Formats: sequence, C-alpha cells, structure tokens
Amino acid sequence: MTIERWLKQALEDADRRGLPQLQPLLEGLALSTQALREAAFGGRANGPTND
Amino acid sequence: MALQTIDEFGRRLRAREVSSAELVEDCLRRIEADNPRLNAFILVMADEARAAAKRADWERANGIDRGPLHGVPISVKDLFDIKGTVTTAASAVREGLVASADAPAVAQLRRSGAVIIGKTNLHEFAFGTTNEDSAYGPARHPLDETRSPGGSSGGSAISVATGMALASLGTDTGGSIRIPAAACGLVGLKPGYGELPATDVVPLSRTLDHIGPLTANVTDAWHLLHVLRDRKPETPLAPVPVESLRLAVPRPYFCDLLDDDVRTAFERALDVLRAGGASITEVELPYAELIAPIYLHLVFGDAAAYHADSLDTVPEKYTPNVRLRLELARYVTAEDYVRALDGRRALTRAVTATLVHQDALILPTLPIVAPVLGASTVELGGSPQPVRNMMLRLTQLFNITGHPAITLPCGQAASGLPCGLQLAGRHGETDALLRVARAVEQVL
Repeated sequence: MTIERWLKQALEDADRRGLPQLQPLLEGLALSTQALREAAFGGRANGPTND
Repeated sequence: MALQTIDEFGRRLRAREVSSAELVEDCLRRIEADNPRLNAFILVMADEARAAAKRADWERANGIDRGPLHGVPISVKDLFDIKGTVTTAASAVREGLVASADAPAVAQLRRSGAVIIGKTNLHEFAFGTTNEDSAYGPARHPLDETRSPGGSSGGSAISVATGMALASLGTDTGGSIRIPAAACGLVGLKPGYGELPATDVVPLSRTLDHIGPLTANVTDAWHLLHVLRDRKPETPLAPVPVESLRLAVPRPYFCDLLDDDVRTAFERALDVLRAGGASITEVELPYAELIAPIYLHLVFGDAAAYHADSLDTVPEKYTPNVRLRLELARYVTAEDYVRALDGRRALTRAVTATLVHQDALILPTLPIVAPVLGASTVELGGSPQPVRNMMLRLTQLFNITGHPAITLPCGQAASGLPCGLQLAGRHGETDALLRVARAVEQVL
C-alpha cells in the first residue's frame, strides 16, 4: 500500500471512530514511515538476493 | 544539591554513626515535606519501610551483613510488581490490579536487604518523556516546579534528587531512566538489553524495555547493577586512567540541535577530558537520521498490541494524550514494522562497528534542559521543535541497539538546571562502561 493510500484510509478510519484529533499525528507518522521506506533496509523480492 | 550516597551511608552505618531506621525516618520526613508539591510518589510504604529498616538494623547488630544495599531506602517506579500493592503504571486502566508476587528485580533488592520506601510516579504506561500525563497528576522538577523532571521515570528521579530515597529502580524504553536522571542532575544507567530481568514489569515494548538504577553517583549505580544481577563483581569499581580513555563523539545529528547552555557544558566536559589526556575522536554514525522513524515504528507496534484490548473496552480510563498516541500507534502496518526491524539491525551493526576501537561513545543526554510543563515545543536551532522529539533524540538509539548507556551530570545551564553527558559502551561490557563513567565523573 502506498503512503498516500495508507494515509487516506487511516484518516477516514480515525474520523469514523470519532478521533479526528488524530489527523495531524497521522500526517506526522506518514512522513516518518516515508523516511523508513525510502531507506530501503532489507531486501526486495525483485532485487538482489541479500539480507 | 548535596546528595547522600549509598557508599557514604554504608560507611556511617558500619561505623555505627547512623542506623537504617534513622535514615528511613529522614527519608519519610522529606517525603512528607516535599511530596505534596513535587508528586514523586504514588504510594508511600511507610510502615513496611520502617519494619524492613528495623529488621536490617537487627541483622547487622547480629553479624548479618547483606552488602552495600543492606538497610538502604530505595524507591521503585510504579511499573514493577510489588506483592500486595496495585501496579498502577500511573493509569486508571490498572485500578485494582494487585500484584500477587514481587517482580524478580524487586525480590532481588529485598534479598540484598534494601528497604523499599514506596512506588514512584511516571508518565502513564511509560509512554512519554515529561511525566505530565499521569492519572495521579504531573510530577514536578525539584529545582523549578513549573518544569518537568523528565520521564518517564520522573518520580524516581525526584525521589533521589531530594533525598526521599538513596536510589531508585526505573525502566528505560527510549531514555526513561537517562532522561529524568539528566534533567535532575543524577546518574542513570540503562544496562545492555536483557542484562537485567524486566519480568513482572508493565511493558511498553518488550523488545526495547530495559530496567536499571537512578543514583547519586556512578559507584552507587555499580552497587545496584551487581545486586540486580545477583552476582558479585569480579573486580572492584576502579576507574580507567583518564589518559588511556578512547572516546568517540558522534557529532553529525547528535550535536546538530543543542541548546546553547547544553552545548557549552558538553564542550567544556570534552575540554576537561582532553586536558586530562583522553583521546577524543569524531565519528559519524550511518543512518542516524533514521533513528527516530525506526524507534517510532518499533515502539508503536509493540505498544499497540499490548494496549489493543483496553483501548477498545475502557478508552476513557487513559489520559487523553496517551490514549491518542496509543490510537495512533495502531496504524503502523506489519510491513513497516518489519522495515524498522531491518533498520534496527543496520543501526546495531553501525554502533558496534564504531565501538571496536573506542571505549565509549560520548554525547549529550538531552539536547535541552528540563522543559516547562505543558509546553509542546521548544525553540532550538532557530525554530520550534517538538519537546517529545527533543527529549528522545539522543537516548533512543541505544534502546534500539541494546548497547549499555549511562548519563552523568555535566554542569548546569545559566538557569541552574542540570545538563547530562551520556556514554555508551560495547555489548556485554557494562562493567567496563561503568569504569569509563567513573573516570569521567572524577574529572568533571
């Protein structure tokens, strides 16, 4: 799932659960997750065989 | 603040200048005088403490000496099970949950003759660094009641800094021993991961949680460490000669954002060590800018799993901020948690490699002094920075990697508030780290 799609679904879910205050926190978490994904730790199924 | 140390008390005790009962009464008097304004304790165990002190005095009078903690009043963060008391975790969620047995660490303290004087306040479920969010109200800094003592083991730090106890047993998941110890001018030790038992301690993240002592000095931390390990040290605590110290400063990231007073205190400490003959080199840790994202995804994943049931059934029992952050934690996906685990391995390899030719990493413990209660940001580097991020910035790395780390006092800001200096050592070599810390402590 892309970050954008994840964030959209998370915001909708938080709203549905009566937690709209989560919006800025979820946006902050999205930035953190993006940084983690861009670091590309570990391997990829379509990449070299490594750890 | 002139603090009485365990070593000093032991000497006076064995010279029969003071009894454990007298010291416990002194601590109880301080609690009575200062706890109403500082809110360090959730539970004061006065009757039990008096009985334990009397027993310790009787034992010593009859030739039984249980070692350096015999008769010493110690406070315990209210995350540890103590038989017959509620382990509150500073939360209404745990109302009525009475522990049926002591946590192994508490039992070990009792076997060593320590006197448990009470259970200390903390940030609810240890999920915060300021001690503001507690079902029992915020704890307050002993030098400035408008400020936080740091957290999450804030009550523990206050208790030692004010002489309500001679040491405290705390927990550290991202810095929760070292942060309040630094903010309050104490020594705080996070041993290596798994070195001390975190069993029967309310978890925040079982893969990041550590237990350890907050003390007046490095020697007292050594005493607590060895009692909690249930193993006498093979050699006494002898400081490493300063001229043979090899210390590495990881400047990029770790010294990028520092309060001016903190930077001055840190650079002054480095100058003193250099003047004493220590070798201080500068190093760069790879992936440092990813420490916070890696930590966040690990602690969120672990905390979300532990709290899922009570978030669904009794969400109103959490303090609002902690509830909100736990709800946020539930949105971390499994694949991102695994990415964080991969990042953890990379960071661990990087710290281990850096320490191959060094005795320790040396860095500030906190980039700022104790923050004002209620402040969500602090001005640093010309812009407002989130207090929470700043509090964790320099400590969380060693929870991720499991390396032992210790904070010790390193001067004061112009405001009089303490600054802390952090040392991190090699895996499995906490004793060696304490020898380095003792050497640094002696020259600062």
